[in-house]
Amino acid sequence: MELHFGIQNILFLLAVGVAAFFFARNFSKIWRNIRLGRAINRSDRKAERWRLMAKVALGQGKMVRRKAVAGFFHIIVYAGFLLINIEVAEILIDGVLGTHRVFMPLLGPVYDAAIHFFELLAVLVLIACIIFLWRRNVQVVDRFKDLKGWAKRDGNNILYIEIVLMAALLLLGAAEANIEGNGVEGWVVSSQLAPLFAGMDQASLHIIERIAWWFHILGILAFLNYLPYSKHFHIIMAFPNVWHSKLEPAGQFSNMESVKKEVELMMDPNADPFAAPAEGDSTEPSRFGAKDVMDLHQVQLMNAYSCTECGRCTAACPANQTGKKLSPRKIMMDTRDRLEEVSAIIDAKGQFEEDGKNLLDDYISREELWACTTCNACADACPVNIDPMSIIVEMRRYLVMEESAANPSLNTMMSNVENNGAPWAYAQADRANWINE
Amino acid sequence: MEEILKVPTMAELSASDKLPEVLFWVGCAGSFDDRAKKITKAFVKILHKAKVDFGVLGTEETCTGDPAKRAGNEFLFMMQAMQNIEVLNAYEVKKIVTTCPHCFNTLANEYPELGGKYEVLHHTQFINQLLEDGRLSIEGGAFKGKKITYHDPCYLGRANGVYEAPRELIQKLDGELVEMRRCKSNALCCGAGGAQMFKEPEAGNKDINIERTEEALETKPDYIAAACPFCNTMMTDGVKNSDREGSLPVLDLAEMIIQAEDL
Repeated sequence: MELHFGIQNILFLLAVGVAAFFFARNFSKIWRNIRLGRAINRSDRKAERWRLMAKVALGQGKMVRRKAVAGFFHIIVYAGFLLINIEVAEILIDGVLGTHRVFMPLLGPVYDAAIHFFELLAVLVLIACIIFLWRRNVQVVDRFKDLKGWAKRDGNNILYIEIVLMAALLLLGAAEANIEGNGVEGWVVSSQLAPLFAGMDQASLHIIERIAWWFHILGILAFLNYLPYSKHFHIIMAFPNVWHSKLEPAGQFSNMESVKKEVELMMDPNADPFAAPAEGDSTEPSRFGAKDVMDLHQVQLMNAYSCTECGRCTAACPANQTGKKLSPRKIMMDTRDRLEEVSAIIDAKGQFEEDGKNLLDDYISREELWACTTCNACADACPVNIDPMSIIVEMRRYLVMEESAANPSLNTMMSNVENNGAPWAYAQADRANWINE
Repeated sequence: MEEILKVPTMAELSASDKLPEVLFWVGCAGSFDDRAKKITKAFVKILHKAKVDFGVLGTEETCTGDPAKRAGNEFLFMMQAMQNIEVLNAYEVKKIVTTCPHCFNTLANEYPELGGKYEVLHHTQFINQLLEDGRLSIEGGAFKGKKITYHDPCYLGRANGVYEAPRELIQKLDGELVEMRRCKSNALCCGAGGAQMFKEPEAGNKDINIERTEEALETKPDYIAAACPFCNTMMTDGVKNSDREGSLPVLDLAEMIIQAEDL
């Protein structure tokens, strides 16, 4: 094995170090933001959570369920991402030690088989990315129609980056195939591309090989640092997000402990209404329900960072599909945008200071909240188990219990339930009349 | 009016020290809504036919709190829940059956944490149990070979994973089950859930029940089967707005069974 440690390797280590530093900084900022939410216990039933994560996140279990075309190509890109990255391990070692394809002599025919496979996969990824670009920009699939501005650009950027990375990988092999004495004849795809560089002198080929190699690794490092600013962060967050899924039946809404205590006190004839709260009993929330992102729980905030804006939720939403303003995807994007705004305030001032804005009204309107039928189609459709409905309900709780600002017809329903035990104005005493009618 | 049904209340039963096998939770729609009352009565007839020892709470029953909770009023939900749990526990209720998926979901999932732990079944599940145990048998009768499309209630299907019990009943009726484009976990809501039943919809370009009814009509059914009083209302309204008005009955599965049996 020849080692050529030199200036290139020092530059390489520097690039990896800088990329790792910035990524770690941005990642820990996002983790801090998630922790701004209320605590929630979602670490019970661990075995079940690991299984779910293996099935839904690692195994892409929900991807091909309904949207087969998109699901199939997504799995190709995902497999490409996971497997081709094995090659990145080699690139890292080569970069540090100054070796060239360090695994090649060690693995022999296994190495060749692997690279053949990776190259084929790279071509499939290229095709998938082109199809995705087509679906987003030419065909404009329904669920992408609402995406404007950054959301639209971001979706395309990812695909461009992916295409460039795959092209660099294949061209790298093609250039190497023309270089004499390196033992590389080209693999299944790169050997076909090799004639592109045929007839070039060895010095130029070495330069092209180096450019492609550097382009590929710097591209990957840039991609890594693009993630925290992008919907594409889902490739990391999907895993913890699915692990923290709600495991109860979808129809089960959380019971609010604080409300339970108050009602118990109200219904207990022996309770002393003026009793001081017990020592250490300071778990009372500052408000009921959610007005801003800090009122949501941590998994809801994690959901916001896990959303890749695919719009399967919105496409399944009965309110959205009949023209109402509500869009579950927008609920998630709004939550993340507001959280990022709060994050910027914390970065600038060292702690959060009121900025006169809230998730409610400044981002999510009341009209959107009241349009939800709580049918759970959004959560069911989400490939990474995001639960937009729980945010809607939490915000309704704030509207009703803090502002008494329910939709007016709902106030009538609620006063009926309160007065006569039914949502309509029938007397409790008449409840059994049907028996004799 | 119609024939008088014998429906014992828990108060009567406990006065004579006879606690029944199962409590039939009628629900608000089932008690007050004219359309839903027919479903209630149909189910009572099935209970009688299978000689099920049951009781109802009668005037001691009150809203489970479901619409209040979905609307965001946790206080009201909690008060309803605690009252109901006190009554249910006083009668030592172990098993509950209900014809309303919303009551079903609330009783089964949200009451246990508050001290109300019961075995809760939707009536389509309960009827299947009766069939399995040989306590009830059904013949297709009027529904033999008829095309029946089934609308999944959100709070039975997606919310609780009950997809097969209602479909099994359609098969037992010898009906031809025709599925809508979106069914089971992918089913479209009727538009009534989450307290929408009690308010006008927000501005849009279509009502949800119309969209869903159109999907049902695409299957060219002879009947629409429902398993929830609210879905039933929404789908019935949807059919009224279509050219199938008057020729496409929307029936609860309990009603279909008693029609087939001519009870």
